[in-house]
Parts: sequence; C-alpha cells; structure tokens
Amino acid sequence: MSAALPPTGLGGAPLRPLIEARGVTMRFGGVTAVAGVDFTLGEVELRCLIGPNGAGKSTFFKILTGQLKPTEGRIALRDTDITGAEPHAIARLGVGIKTQVPNVFNGLSVRENVFVAAGRRKSLARTRAIVDETLTRLSLTGIADRMVGQLAHGQRQWVEIATVLAQEPELILLDEPAAGMTHEEVHRTAALIREINRTHALIVVEHDMPFIRMIAKTVTVFNQGRILVEDSVDAVLADRRVRDVYLGKQAG
Amino acid sequence: MTIPLSSAPWRSAAGFLATLALGLVILFGAPRTLDTFGLVQWTGFAALAMFGLSQGFIWGFAGVMSFGQAAFLGLGGYAYAVSVINIGDSTVPVLLAIAVPMLFAAILGYFMFYGRISDAYIGVITLTVSVILFQLVNATSGSQYRIGTAELGGFNGIPAIPALNAPGFPDEPLDNEGIWYAAMGALVLVYVLLRAVLASRFGRVVVAIRENETRAQLIGYDPRLYKLLAFMIAAGVAGLAGCLYANWGGFISPTVFGLSMSAQVIIYVLVGGLGTLVGPMLGAVLIQALIIAAGSQSLLDSNLGLGLVLDGFVLLVPQGLVPVIRTLGLRLLQRRAPRPGPADGAAGLATERAR
Repeated sequence: MSAALPPTGLGGAPLRPLIEARGVTMRFGGVTAVAGVDFTLGEVELRCLIGPNGAGKSTFFKILTGQLKPTEGRIALRDTDITGAEPHAIARLGVGIKTQVPNVFNGLSVRENVFVAAGRRKSLARTRAIVDETLTRLSLTGIADRMVGQLAHGQRQWVEIATVLAQEPELILLDEPAAGMTHEEVHRTAALIREINRTHALIVVEHDMPFIRMIAKTVTVFNQGRILVEDSVDAVLADRRVRDVYLGKQAG
Repeated sequence: MTIPLSSAPWRSAAGFLATLALGLVILFGAPRTLDTFGLVQWTGFAALAMFGLSQGFIWGFAGVMSFGQAAFLGLGGYAYAVSVINIGDSTVPVLLAIAVPMLFAAILGYFMFYGRISDAYIGVITLTVSVILFQLVNATSGSQYRIGTAELGGFNGIPAIPALNAPGFPDEPLDNEGIWYAAMGALVLVYVLLRAVLASRFGRVVVAIRENETRAQLIGYDPRLYKLLAFMIAAGVAGLAGCLYANWGGFISPTVFGLSMSAQVIIYVLVGGLGTLVGPMLGAVLIQALIIAAGSQSLLDSNLGLGLVLDGFVLLVPQGLVPVIRTLGLRLLQRRAPRPGPADGAAGLATERAR
C-alpha cells in the first residue's frame, strides 16, 4: 500500500501532492519510532491517522512540523524540501498543528492567544478581523477575556485549534483533537473539521473510532513505525489486521 | 462604573497612567521638597530603579533568566566614563553607554539563543560573563591600561567622571538638580518606552514565547530572534542605568560588575513583583533605602538583614509587592461598589502576568 507510486490521488487530487514523504525514518538510540514511511497527501484532502499507542503517529507529526529532524528520508511540501527545516520556517510555509498535549499560552487571555497567532506579518486591522472571525467561528467569544490557564481541558483544546486556524495555514495537523472533550464537543469538533476541509487539507490523529467514522474518508494505519494499511474508512475498519493490532496481536 | 475596572485592558491602562503620574510628580516634586543630600540620594535610586527595569523586562516578560545583568550596567557605566573623558561633550557618551552593552548583548545573545543553550545555562553563562568582566577590569591598574586619555584604574576605578551637560555645552556640566532631572526623566521615559514595546506586537510575541516557546514556534515565530532582541533592549536599559550611576557619584569602579550587583537587582524584581515594570522600580527604591538604613545602624550585619528580607518575601509574598497591592486594591474597589456578578476580575488578576 505504501509503494512509491506517482501520486495519482484518491478523489481526483492534483498531480503534485501537498505533502510527499519518502522513506522517512526516525531512530532514538536503538528504537526506531518511524521506519521508512512513504506518505502522500493531496491538496484539500482529509486524512485520518490511526494506530495503537507508540505506533509513531505523533513522532511522524513532529517530523512534519520540524520539531524532530528525521534520521533518514525526505519530505516535500509542494515544491519545497522541508526535511529538517526549523519549525517556524515550516509554519510560515502554511503548516499548522494542534499538538497532542495542548501547547497554549496559559498566562494570556483567549483573545491574546488568537491575536498572537493571527498577527504574523499582517496589518492590525486584518489581524483584528481574523481574531473576531476565529473567536466567533469556535464559539469562544464568551470566554475571550479569560486566562487560558484557567480553562477546562476541552476549552483549552478549542483555544489551541483557534490559534491554529488564526494563523491561516494550508495544511492543518490535529493530534487527538477530541481527547478530553464531552460528547457534544466531539460532535462540534467533527462538524468543524468537515467545514475546514472544504478549503483546507487536514491530517487528523485520533483513537476515537466513532469520531473517525464521523469525519474520515481515507485512513492510514500506523503500526510499529510503519504504515500497515491505507484505504477508505470502511475498508480499514473492516480489516482484520487493523483489529488485531488494536487488540495487541501483532500482524506478521 | 465598575464594569471597565474589571476588564484587563482598562486596568492595564489605568495602572500605566497612575504610574506615569506618580513618576512625573516625583520628577518635579522632589527638587522642591528634598534638600541637596536627599536629591542626590534619590538620583541614585532612579539609576538603580532603571537597572531594576532592565532585569524586570528580561526576566519578567521575556522569561530569560539573566543572572549577570550587572555586566551591562558596568559596560554602560565604563563606556560613558571612558568616552566622556575623551570627548568632553556628554551626548555621544550617553549614546555609547546604551549602544556598547547592546552590541555586547547581541554577540553574547547570538551564541546563547542560536546555540540553543537551555534556560539554566543561560543563567550560568550570564553570571560567568559578569564575573569575567569584573576580573578583567579589576586587573587594569596602572597607567598602561588606558583608553585614549582615560585611565581604567583597576580596582580603584575611574574618579572625577565629567557629569552630563546640555548637548553642545561641554563646559557647563549639570548641577545636582540637573542630573536629578536627567536621571528621573530618563527613568520615566524608559518606563513609557518599555510599556510601548510590551503593548506592541513585538512585545506580545515576546511574552507569548515566555508562556510557550513551542506554540510560538509552531505558529511561525522564531523564538531565538525575539529573545535576542529582548536581551539587547534590556542590555541597553541597563547600560543607560550604568551611565546614570556613573553620573550619580562621578565615579565608577569594577564593583558595578560584581556578583552583589547582579544579586541585588534580582532581589529588586522579586520584592517588587516579577512580571511587572513598576515592581522592580519600587523594589529598587525600597531595598536601597533599606541598605542605607542598615548601614547607619550596627545592631545587625546589613547583608544578613538583606538576606532576611529576601527570605521573608519569598516565603510570605512570593508574588512580590505590586501584584499583591493590585489585587487588594481591586478587591476594595469591588467591595465599595458591589455589582451583581463582579466578573472574574480578581481571579484573573491573581494569575495575570505573575509567573
């Protein structure tokens, strides 16, 4: 499934992919967290990454955003080689990430969090417009002046998603966006992801299968640092190997 | 009328205006109420309050733990002393007192921040650099150590440093009152400038990086650059403080680079309130007044007394004076004019900027 085919795209994506990773490997000492992953994502595509704990999903995200430099392999964002680039440089190319453990500015208000994210190289008027729009979009206007450090986990997740959206990225990575959210919040998150996907490409890491069903089209399954299978959501969730790795039986 | 009081921007603006007003009252009131001795003493307070501002900015807002801020104080003081002896007119020396420490901070900061030195080691390195400068300047006794016509003088330092003068009139140095206006006026000006920096987009990013460096990076800011620029700004402020310090006594010696200088300024910030600009200034005045009072008695060793004061603050008022006073004041205001649902003003304040 992960053969180095030219990316024809699932669902008629353009010929040149948005993200193209080839042979990406990450070793920590003797442990290989990611082993020779080939991964292609088309423009405006929504992809879900699933896999058991320690499968290498978050490590792969950290490589995509420059927080880790891969031991081997190359990653291209459109025509730009971003292998080993600094995180801020990759962010400027249009990659935004909501990390697994929320990274927010705890000592700042919700509004300030979004303002700082929106304001890079934009006029003050434009920044304010983005801030207001984002706060409204995520229903955060009511708590805009609260300190983020005082908010509940689910709300902090939303604030982080707001900062990611406010930076107006072209590719959005969400690492467990539904974790710690109430049932209702999960539904809102799924609706939001579908809405974002009308104009933006997303990669979503999640464990919550009902949530995956709500949003997913194509699913990539990671196991032991490799891509186990990559297919439509129904095919993947019906796949025996996928069930086995989730139940702890290692395939092959 | 209490609605705006509980909103953060209004509170911040009110605090700024109150501080500015107080600063101006002290600036113009002190020469009318104090005798010459008192005025000279307060000039020293103003210089050290400026030094406190420098530490308060870099530590409290940029989150960079500089343990050797005295390096920049000393560089500023020596840059002024050496250049004013050579040039005569004090205009360029004042600018050099700001520029030399900033340049030094640019080089030192480049290696620290771009070299990805961790926070703890930044403390160690800045401390070490200040000690090295102390030893270096200490070893310059003898007439062979001179820059132009200025002898560095080793441990004895440089005496009889010409005082500030109005630009273009090097033969008419300012008197004590003139130096007071220069020092206190500069303090007010630098306070206003730092507030402006913090209110600007640059300042917000600096504070955001203090809060979460990873997030700042992931939205496209390069923390190394912002920390470097903040470090340089703080060095410039410390340098100007050094210039005022040299003007205050007309004398400078290597002790400005000393460990006790670096330690004292950290105490100013802790006592006054980390994460505020008013706090470090207030802390400087209080601690200096205390040191003077301790020096005029012989019951208790003054360093021991200072240590006790610091311990007391860390144990009892760990936030520092200004945040505590602010919270109390706000509570009083809310009690006097109670409103249904007084928002979360006080709760927000408790954590506001205090880290």
